[in-house]
This record gives sequence, structure tokens and C-alpha cells, in this order.
Amino acid sequence: MAEWTQLEAVNQAFASEMGRDENVVVLGEDVGINGGVFRATEGLLEAFGAERVIDTPLAESVIVGMAIGMAAQGLKPIVELQFMGFIYPAVDQIINHASRLRNRTRGRITCPMVIRAPFGGGIHAPEHHSESTEALFAHMPGLRVVIPSSPARAYGLLLAAIRDPDPVVFLEPKRVYRLGKQVVEDNGEALPLDTCFVLRDGIDITLVSWGASIKETLEAAQQLAQIGVDAEVVDVATISPLDMGTILDSVARTGRCVIVHEAARSGGVGAEIAARLAGEGIASLLAPVKRVTGYDTVMPLYRYEDQYMPGVNRIIDAVQEAMEYR
Amino acid sequence: MPGSNFNFETIEFLDPNGQLKRPLPEALATRDKLVELYQLMVQTRVFDRAAINLQRTGAMGTYPSCEGQEAIGTGVGYAMNENDVLVPYYRDIATQIQRGVLLEEILRYWGGDEWGMHFQHQAQDFPISVPIATQSCHAVGVAYAMKYRQQPRAVVTTCGDGATSKGDFYESINIAGALALPVVFVVNNNRWAISVPLEKQTAAQTIAHKSLAAGIDGYRVDGNDPIAVFQVLSEALELARNEQRPSLVEALTYRLCDHTTADDASRYRPQQEFDAARELEPLIRFKAYLQKEQQWSDADDESIYADCKKQVKKAIEAYQAFPEQPPGQFFDYMFAKRTADLEQQKQEWLAGVKRHG
Repeated sequence: MAEWTQLEAVNQAFASEMGRDENVVVLGEDVGINGGVFRATEGLLEAFGAERVIDTPLAESVIVGMAIGMAAQGLKPIVELQFMGFIYPAVDQIINHASRLRNRTRGRITCPMVIRAPFGGGIHAPEHHSESTEALFAHMPGLRVVIPSSPARAYGLLLAAIRDPDPVVFLEPKRVYRLGKQVVEDNGEALPLDTCFVLRDGIDITLVSWGASIKETLEAAQQLAQIGVDAEVVDVATISPLDMGTILDSVARTGRCVIVHEAARSGGVGAEIAARLAGEGIASLLAPVKRVTGYDTVMPLYRYEDQYMPGVNRIIDAVQEAMEYR
Repeated sequence: MPGSNFNFETIEFLDPNGQLKRPLPEALATRDKLVELYQLMVQTRVFDRAAINLQRTGAMGTYPSCEGQEAIGTGVGYAMNENDVLVPYYRDIATQIQRGVLLEEILRYWGGDEWGMHFQHQAQDFPISVPIATQSCHAVGVAYAMKYRQQPRAVVTTCGDGATSKGDFYESINIAGALALPVVFVVNNNRWAISVPLEKQTAAQTIAHKSLAAGIDGYRVDGNDPIAVFQVLSEALELARNEQRPSLVEALTYRLCDHTTADDASRYRPQQEFDAARELEPLIRFKAYLQKEQQWSDADDESIYADCKKQVKKAIEAYQAFPEQPPGQFFDYMFAKRTADLEQQKQEWLAGVKRHG
């Protein structure tokens, strides 16, 4: 079994599924000869040829729109959009077409495709390269939005996304692309979508997060353990549709909840989780639900991005407030 | 030659008086075929007028007329092979009829029912696209799939003149050229994008010129002449299917109608221009040609109109007889399988209906 970074796990999921299913094609800017700007598609051109690993012109809307046409013909296109900050020209295609085609044709034409984009801050990238706007897509009916947070989940969830019969927006937290390796078995087995993953069992408080923030959330949980707070950590993974069952079960046991995400606070996915805890789990809540998030500001340029990012200290502060609430 | 032709001659077979300017294409050189073209145009016109009437009487929602564009749809549809794919916009009724879309399905869509896009007899064509020019992108994807599978098929996608100002249009013709895809972009240049005339839409000499920048073949054709449209499309499709040569066809016509039933073109369209365009329209010239050259009688004409009216009446009856969607079906086609949230929301909705009726 190999040890992979999250980036290598993405690459292996591609290779595995492209070897299995010749309907799977990859398209995007620089995905071929360059292997993608992050190298997620490295080696695929050599292995599968230019007809299946398509270097496209620089035109996000037609890349996604073209994938819709391919999917309608039974191909399984995987689109790479270089950074989430460049996804917006394609939002028309994603929202007006990919997410609706099944419904508007009553199932006659469907759209099994994956739209991948690296997202999030923390790598000192230029302007427009660090935002987390996953809530835009989580809000849209007809889309799945999936965010891995480890090499094993990147591999298993990407396989699941490719095999899913509907469009999936697959957002890869680039801050943890190369951070740490994990042993992953290249067995072609998908992980379930629409399911949270409980990464740490605990009895005092539930920490809910996804993507790169899982790293700080787990670190916070470890530090909290040293001061006698036993936190459960839930990786949401599929932020739409939400697996509220797992979160509600956890909060039913712990009575407290802190939600951590890098995206801006207002109208974020954390707000949806908090609303549903209030609506469906209020009887088990011993303290108000807290959110540790990015702020409702433009993402600062890299020199100041740390001021924006939800770090371990902010998570611990919020947990302590929740624990002390009477 | 892609990229080398800086002057686009307007290809025309029938002049506005119904005079044949060059020999008929072989594929149309029988009276039956010519009558069939005429019947398709008449069918479209009769249907279109009836659809507007349904909207006006409250029996259907907003509807975009296609009066004046019958020759484009007819010529395009007649040139396509059954296994080609149409990725249409919303003035393609004549094409859709030939592709197996039922008139009652078109009414059903504009009557507010998604089943109108399910197409009982057409599995692969896209439903019409409302967001302007977005369909151009889907067409290149369909074309890519055909090329990938080495099938001698092609895609036709249509749009209006306004759509050619949009990024999606440029992105699509560009990628079609760059990847050599079997797709024909047909631009229905009816001179108006709601209230914006062509002069304000672009400073390009013609829309066909936009093909030059993309390095694809460009054609300009008289869009009031179904024979010319058929011939140009036949050639363009042949090159697309067999040589993966994409093309842009600019078909010149005039919007002899409001943008939709929610529009009033008298607010912005010069009456004189409209009156002049009316003289050039496709049905008048085609009938004149049939009368002059194909022994077409008034009785023949009346019989065609009677037949088309009968078809449309049947379609309206079928439209009115469609069953209602089962309550809450709008939850059912979001994903292959209803998610837990959607299941819960549907039950909540059904319970509300039960409680309040």
C-alpha cells in the first residue's frame, strides 16, 4: 500500500477510474501536458491520451458547458477549474444547466459530471486565489458539493463523485494538498457521499467542520483534551445535501456544538447547520451553537490572510465559551 | 477555406418574387419534396399563430413567436440526419417538428409543464435553452462525444443575432475550431434582440465574419429561403460529419413578431422596416414559386392550410388532455434518487396539502 498526499490521492483516483471506465474524460486548462497547475492530473495524458485528457482553451464557461454536452451523450467528464476564484464565468452553466437538466427533461437527459476546483486560503497565493465560496453551490438545488479533508477521503470521495449519476462540485482544499501523507489502498473503492465522517469520538462538545479547517479543528480537539474537554470532531465532507443525522446524533450526546469554516460567516453552510440544530435538535442543546469562521470581508492579500483564517486559538475560545455557558 | 474568406456572399436560391436563381439542389428536385418544405413552413406558421392565441386567451404562458423564421427551421431540420443532435434555442419549432418533437409537447412546455421537454420520440436533442447562447457550449460537448466515439454524426446548435455578442458564443466557436469538432452554429439573424437592432449589437460587417476569428468555416444565407438554408446546412453538416470541420451559418431573416407575447415591438421597431420585411417573408415567396413552377393551385394551398389547421387542432386537444403532474412531483427529478432532505421536504409539503387542501 502506498503513502499519498491528498494531491496524489486525487491523481490516483483519476488514474484508477479512467483505467476502469473509458467514458471518463478530463478537461480543463493546463490539465494535459502540464499535468494541472497543482499537478493533480500529472501523467494522465501519457497514460490515457489527448482524447481523454483535454487541454482546453482558456474559457471556463465553455469548459463546463461542454462537459454538460458530453455528459448528455453518456461520457463522464471531470472538469478542472484552476482555482475557485475563476469558477464564476461558469456559474451560469452550473446553475442554469448542469443542476437542472435532469429535472427539466424529467430524467430524459442527465448530467453525470464532476467539477473540481482547488479552494481556500493559507498558501500565500495571489489575489482571487484564496476564497472559500462553497456556500454558493451548497445553496443551489440539484448539485452535490463534496469537500475532502484527507488523502483517503480525497481518493474515495472523488471516485464516488465520478460514479454519481448527477453533477458534483468537488472542492479540494489546496492548503492541505501536500500536507502530510496517509496510507491509502488503491482498491477502486468509493466512499459514501451524503455522509459525515466522525474523525474523533468525544462526549463534551461536537466540533463540525470540513476541508482544510479540519486540520485546526483536530488540533484544537487535541489541545482541549489536555484541559479535560473531550471533543467529538465531525467532518461534514458532503456539504450539500447535508447529513444532519450524524450531527444531530453527536449533539444529542454532547449537548454543545461549534462549527468551524473558512468561508465568510453570514449565509454560510455553518448557518444552515446551526438553523437545523435549532430546528431539530434544540432539546439536546445545553449552550448556543457557536461559529468560528472567516469574516464577512474580502479575503485579505496573503500578507494578512492569517488574520482572517479561523485558527486553533479561536476554536478553543469558542469551545470554552460553549463549555462555560450556563 | 476557413480563415481566408473575407467576403461572405449571401447564398440564395429563391428571390423574394419566388424566382429560382440557380438550379434546385438534387435532394430537393421533386415536387413532393418542395411541397413538403412548404407544408413544414405553413405548419409552423399555423401552429405559431395558434400558440399566440392560446397565450392571449390565458390557456398558455408566455410564448416566443417564430413568425418570419419558418424557412430557417425548415431548411435546418430537412438537412439534418436522424442521428445528428439538435441543441436549439426557442425559435426552432420547424426544426423540432422534424426532429420528432410533438406540437403538444411544445405547448406543454410553454404551458408550464416540464414534461414538454421530455420528448416521447426524441431521446438526444436538447430542450430549448432560455439563457441566451449558453446552449452553444453544450453543442460542442455533444460534438466532442461524437468525435471521441468516431461516429459520423454532427450537432446543429442555433441562436439569435443577440447571442453572438455573448461570451459563451465566442468561447464555443473558438473551442469548436481549436478541437475540430463536428458542429454547425446556425445564427438566426432576425435583426432584433428584443429592442436592440443589429447595428447596436455589433460593429462586425456581418455575423458570418465572426467565424474568421475562430478559424472555422463561415456562410451567409438568405434565411427566408428554405432551399438555400437546406443546401448550405447540408454542405456544412457533411463537412462536420466527415471532416470534423465546424462552421458558422448566418441566416438572414426578420423577426415578424414581438420578441415574446410579453413584448410589444411597436415601442421600438419602425413600422416601415417591418412592412418592407413582410414582403420578403418565406411563405409568400415559396408559394409564388410553387404557383409559377410547380402547378400549385389555390385549391392545393387551401388543402395544405386545412390539413395544418387540423394537425394543430389535434395538438391543442392533446395539450389540453395531458394529465396533471402528480402532486409534489417537483421534488422527484432533482437527483437520480431523492435525497433524505428532499424526501423530508416532500412529506412536509404533502402533509401541508392534506391539511389545507
